[in-house]
Amino acid sequence: MNFAEQLPVLPVITPLILAPVTLLLPQGRAPHLFATFVSWLTFAACAFLLAAVSDVGVISYHLGDWAPPLGIEYRIDLANALVLMLVSGIAAVVFPFAYASVRLEIDERQSTFFYCAMLICMTGLLGVTITGDAFNVFVFLEISSLSTYALIAMGARRDRRALTAAFNYLVMGTIGATFFVIGIGLLYQATGTLNMADLHDKLAGNSSRVVGAGFAFIVVGVGLKLAMFPLHLWLPNAYAHAPSAVSAFIAATATKVAVYVLIRFFYSVFGFDFAFEAAAFTWVLLPLGLAGMFVASFVALFQEDVKRMLAYSSVAQIGYMLLGLSFATVEGLTATLVHVFNHALMKGALFMAVACVVFRAGSHSIDAFAGLSKRMPVTTWAFILSGLSLIGVPLTVGFVSKWYLLEAAFAAGHWYAGFLIVASSLIAVLYIGRIAEVMLLREPHEEGRYAIPAKDAPLSMLIPMWVLVGANIYFGVRTGLTVDIATRAAEALMLTAGGAP
Amino acid sequence: MITPGLAIPLALVAPLLGCLAIWLLDKSPNLREGATLITAVVLLALTVMIFLAVGSGQQPGYMLIEVIDGLPIEFKVEPLGAMFAVIASGLWLVNSVYSIGYMRGHNEKNQTRFYMSFAVAISAAIGVAFAANLFTLFIFYEILTLSTFPLVTHYGDEKARKGGRIYLGVLMATSIGLLLPAIVWTYAITGTTDFTVGGILIDHKEAVAPITGVLLGLYAFGIGKAALMPAHPWLPNAMVAPTPVSAFLHAVAVVKAGVFSILKIVVYIFGIDFLTDTGASIPFMWVAAGSILLASAIAMHKDNLKARLAYSTVSQLSYVTLGAMLATQMGVMGGAMQIAAHALGKMTLFMCAGAIYVAHHKTLVSEMRGLGRVMPFTFGAFFLGAMSIIGLPPMAGSWPKFLLMLGAADAGQLAIIAILMISSILNVVYLLSIPVQAFYMSPTVKEEDGGDAKSQGAGGAGIQWGNLKEAPILCIAPPLFTATGAFVLFFFADPLYNYLLPIAGGG
Repeated sequence: MNFAEQLPVLPVITPLILAPVTLLLPQGRAPHLFATFVSWLTFAACAFLLAAVSDVGVISYHLGDWAPPLGIEYRIDLANALVLMLVSGIAAVVFPFAYASVRLEIDERQSTFFYCAMLICMTGLLGVTITGDAFNVFVFLEISSLSTYALIAMGARRDRRALTAAFNYLVMGTIGATFFVIGIGLLYQATGTLNMADLHDKLAGNSSRVVGAGFAFIVVGVGLKLAMFPLHLWLPNAYAHAPSAVSAFIAATATKVAVYVLIRFFYSVFGFDFAFEAAAFTWVLLPLGLAGMFVASFVALFQEDVKRMLAYSSVAQIGYMLLGLSFATVEGLTATLVHVFNHALMKGALFMAVACVVFRAGSHSIDAFAGLSKRMPVTTWAFILSGLSLIGVPLTVGFVSKWYLLEAAFAAGHWYAGFLIVASSLIAVLYIGRIAEVMLLREPHEEGRYAIPAKDAPLSMLIPMWVLVGANIYFGVRTGLTVDIATRAAEALMLTAGGAP
Repeated sequence: MITPGLAIPLALVAPLLGCLAIWLLDKSPNLREGATLITAVVLLALTVMIFLAVGSGQQPGYMLIEVIDGLPIEFKVEPLGAMFAVIASGLWLVNSVYSIGYMRGHNEKNQTRFYMSFAVAISAAIGVAFAANLFTLFIFYEILTLSTFPLVTHYGDEKARKGGRIYLGVLMATSIGLLLPAIVWTYAITGTTDFTVGGILIDHKEAVAPITGVLLGLYAFGIGKAALMPAHPWLPNAMVAPTPVSAFLHAVAVVKAGVFSILKIVVYIFGIDFLTDTGASIPFMWVAAGSILLASAIAMHKDNLKARLAYSTVSQLSYVTLGAMLATQMGVMGGAMQIAAHALGKMTLFMCAGAIYVAHHKTLVSEMRGLGRVMPFTFGAFFLGAMSIIGLPPMAGSWPKFLLMLGAADAGQLAIIAILMISSILNVVYLLSIPVQAFYMSPTVKEEDGGDAKSQGAGGAGIQWGNLKEAPILCIAPPLFTATGAFVLFFFADPLYNYLLPIAGGG
């Protein structure tokens, strides 16, 4: 048993086994340091995995040596290797960041549980991504969701509304998961298998009503998880009231993983010869993506709470991803994958900047941002740079995303969608510009609850945040990693789905 | 020895290093201004060197990085860009000298931020000038917008914020909403965005033919910096900024970057022949013509001197757009010459407006009657600048008007010639009236400063040489210098014309 053979299981096994160990550690720094260490280990495993997949192509790992389709298979191609890298990378940045913010926002006695739940949440997200078994997706989805409910509820120390937000998410998330598992059940009923690759083979040419219903249940279920407009209602409150570090982590990863699941089911399980797929693209994803882009951006414009604003902006950005997906072309799929990666970078950095503000000013209301450039310049510029990335200014990742999305729209003949994309990013100019103006041009509060001394967040927060901001710029200039892998992944997915290459 | 190829990245980096130096020298203003001036001189030397290299037939280029497959950040200098770079860096030097006089004369706050933003902005303008493809041009175009935002909102009060919001709003809305899709669309059709002699769209006639007009419109209005009506409101609103900023916007970099981009896209992306064949540019020629007249008409109503000059700029910029949209060799040459001539003329006018403000705190044209008698140098320079803008010999501004008329005649658009004539007459009315009133009319007598007015009136109609109230020397010398430049350029227009001829397919 050598290391390379067991590599595919490490990203899931490492945090899963080590997470409970956190609970045994004494309160204080130890759980945090241990969790950070685990997240780095996991990140390293994912990085090796991506390199391996990039070299040798698809890797299939049989859990417990039970051969698929009966046993559970981990199946890693470029698409999920990229998402794995993303999730573990964001975790590796958020974990060191969390310490100061968690100490302020969460009851000391809960902090060990907190880090344990964070690790389990990460495990779940990685598991959803890595697995090649449809039912296993459900299991990991629930693992990540359950831990997320708990994490959001921990925001209750600062704001009791976190409890209702968590409960709301619990109800909606459970409905989504139930829909998803019903869908899986129907597919199982029709084919007798749960392995994705096997499902793909057996579903070929089968457009019976059972499969159609299964497809619908899965799309709605995953749609709830990824906050597809108008199934996004749980998201703004959950993001706004969760502890700051949790917001940064789940905003950057959870919905992205759900988008990935949707891609996986559309392309690797159902494929283009499945009759309802084209209809779902044209009549569900395209209009809902466009509607989400506009409605959510517009709502974001009127938020007085910066976290809620960013949350609504996430719903809008998910609209972009669905839009790229709905073109059903290699370019569109590439654009979606690139944007999944890039959006995680910008939203992660933005939520981290807000966390820094919460750390000093104790609030994420827009009033707390007044004159911040004079009080917390390092945080201010991190926010502005990632905000520019969100808008899609050149030399940032946001621009790369937008470029590919636009190109895909024009190449697919949906030129009107191209103009709608830029129109909605103009709304992003407004809502980010509004905060930037408050930070740069308004005078800081001299008295009252938002009057804070001119002191930036501690280095333990600033450094991870700037790592992400730097990534926003690095991947905006060097697109080798993201775009190349996304293109190759999209081509491979297209081939499986049986579409035009 | 620095080769022209190496001079390109140096010209981009030099202002950024200058920016860093300015930041480090925050505490000692004299050294800080020294850093600005040294940077400006170095930059000018570099751009002149590139200019000369291009003149001797070279095409210096520099490839920075390939961001996306087929989309590098790359620079390649052709005559138009070389000229724009020299104008921008030369006028930046003049403007820096002037800024020092103005900002100190005014005891402005946040001067370090001011000079730093300027340095970043000029670097972006050079990037626009040297860009080898639309993608690179777009990047630097956006940097130019963002880096000038702190300049526009310099005062930070409610008025400045409002002006800044409109400035950023219009420029970002047009560039992201129209220009970016246009670029991506071009890329989706042709697979490249490189500026190529003769244009790149002509090879994809079938794909482009149905959308040529749409695409040209996206570019024409998407480049908001060219201020083609109705994309102009940012320009008058940016007048809240200190005068050196206005000069920078109107003459040195920003609007010039806009019309430069339009000219470059028409010549190197569409190609004159392609536009002539399809006739797609005709509607936009009329839009530009309308913009010329309408903006002049609005300018006549403006009593605020800077607002009047702003609308004059809107009108004058449309000359360049008009020249491009005529899609004839002479039209393009006229547009290119107009970039140079207008830069010198408008620079002069703005610096004079600033000098008047520094010396007398007057902003309204109606308050300036008789002021020429105590500020003869300022108003003398204003007079020369105005002559150049109007297009009267012996000032540089007369050549572009002449070439544009030739171009209109070539294109068979006689009505355009009439419009150009009417516009010149309007220019005479609203620009020349200012120095004339300043020199020949007696000052308005006001109750509260009656005594002062009487003492001025006592001097009679002549210039009161013994009683001058001029602005500081650093505010007067620069406009006199640029006015002289506009005069000299009139006699040396031929070398410049021959230099630029390759862009229009001649030479």
